[in-house]
Amino acid sequence: MARRSVQSLLVATFSLFLATFSTATYAQHDTAQHEATAEVSSHEKKEGEFNVTETILEHLKDDHSWHLWGHTSLPLPVILYSDKGLEVFSSANLVDEHHAPAVYNGNYAYKTIEGKIRVVNPDGAVNTELSAKVWDFSITKNVASLLLTVTILLLIFLSVASAYRKTGVKTAPKGLQSLMEPIILFVRDEVAKPNIGHRYAKYMPFLLTVFFLILINNFLGLVPFFPGGANVSGNIAFTMTLAVFVFLLVNFSGNKTYWEHIFWMPGMHWSMKLFLAPIELVGIFTKPISLMIRLFANITAGHILVLSLVCLIFIFKTVYASVVAVPFVVFISVIELLVAFLQAYIFTMLAAMYIGMATEEHHHEGDHEPHYNETDLEKVHH
Amino acid sequence: MLLEINPLVLPDIGLVFWSTIAFLVLLFVLGKFAWKPIMKAINEREKGIEDALAKADRVKAEMVALQSENEAMLAKAREERAILLKEAKETSDKILAEAKDKAKAEYDRIVADAQLAITQQKNAALTDVKNQVGALVVDVAEKVLRRELANKADQENYISELTKDVKLN
Repeated sequence: MARRSVQSLLVATFSLFLATFSTATYAQHDTAQHEATAEVSSHEKKEGEFNVTETILEHLKDDHSWHLWGHTSLPLPVILYSDKGLEVFSSANLVDEHHAPAVYNGNYAYKTIEGKIRVVNPDGAVNTELSAKVWDFSITKNVASLLLTVTILLLIFLSVASAYRKTGVKTAPKGLQSLMEPIILFVRDEVAKPNIGHRYAKYMPFLLTVFFLILINNFLGLVPFFPGGANVSGNIAFTMTLAVFVFLLVNFSGNKTYWEHIFWMPGMHWSMKLFLAPIELVGIFTKPISLMIRLFANITAGHILVLSLVCLIFIFKTVYASVVAVPFVVFISVIELLVAFLQAYIFTMLAAMYIGMATEEHHHEGDHEPHYNETDLEKVHH
Repeated sequence: MLLEINPLVLPDIGLVFWSTIAFLVLLFVLGKFAWKPIMKAINEREKGIEDALAKADRVKAEMVALQSENEAMLAKAREERAILLKEAKETSDKILAEAKDKAKAEYDRIVADAQLAITQQKNAALTDVKNQVGALVVDVAEKVLRRELANKADQENYISELTKDVKLN
């Protein structure tokens, strides 16, 4: 009950932030419209009209500064690599005193356009040719949030590990240790062991790291204000990275049977083998891709849902809409808490399953043989 | 193209780069300093609990065995006691019977001896009586014979007098 009321409070605060922030975006767009008319064509909207899609996308997307409240944002370091070398500067340089995108003259003239840093010509137009040469390694909002997650994970688990070292194995776990141990055991007993089998111990560090990284990112994403609110696990770049790691791990630990089942399915007619090989080959890639999309889509969908419900207040332009919107937001947020855990679990479980499939030893080779052999044998016996 | 329209499905190289670094750092640091000791500790504890349980089971089995052994010993002791008691009773009965027999034999012997003595004495007495009667008869006959020669009346008085004196013992 207490948690719920705290959450409603959080949601209420978040709506307040959103209210102030959305007015800020109006202001930004207004000035942008006056300054760069080239941009206006892409934002076809009347002055003062509330654009739900844009507001929501704004929150889902990565940003070069971390919005705190009202007109206050935390500037983050921008790291760019181009043919003129590496350069690092504060993202505060990319906005003017009215919080509108401004041109910063570094190695090139940079300007933030739709959240991305682009090279602009002196006349204000985007120079696509030069923009393609600039690699953006900035500490964006998502990267900062990710680094925070890494810090949290290190703090939690190094302290838990030291607790085990200090108290030994004979005493019952205490505090944080007792909170984490069941989850670690859950990953071991429900995820690793049933899917991988007796070789599970080798993959435990990977699975635990993936699980807790996704879990903490999901939870942080649900916190509506600084230092949460970034959409790391709902960002395709993050899920893609994790999926690539799963892909590499699965295929590097794949044994002979695994590859045999992909390229030359045993127990089939040769024509069937030829037919199955490309399908199985595609399957190698679709598995991690499904992991990538599943996590991205689930977390993003949750964020969109919560944001849409909050946006109801601004669509109806009355504070009374919050009577309906806020309870729904609370409800969805509680479900999102479950989804946060569930998605971390599903990602880890599927990863474990793929590893299990790649390392499985087939003792039942005979099962793949055509069955007429068996019936023939039976006839002989009879 | 849809990919160009929606920026959500376009991965940024920056985040990919930092995610990779973050993940590798986590995997390395946590793997070495957290997961390894934690999993080791958990496994050790589980093994410890398993061992303790197995040990408890073993001790329990031992206890049961000990108990049954004790019971067996007790039963055996009881049996032995019963046997001893029985034997003792038998022995005592035997002793008693023997004593009784012996006593009876002795008694019989004594009785026999007594009877023999009595018979002997009776015979001796009878012999004695016979002798005395004989002597008396001879004596009386002698005196009668002597008196007869004098007086017949006196003779008879005398005889009655004599007979008065005769005491048959």
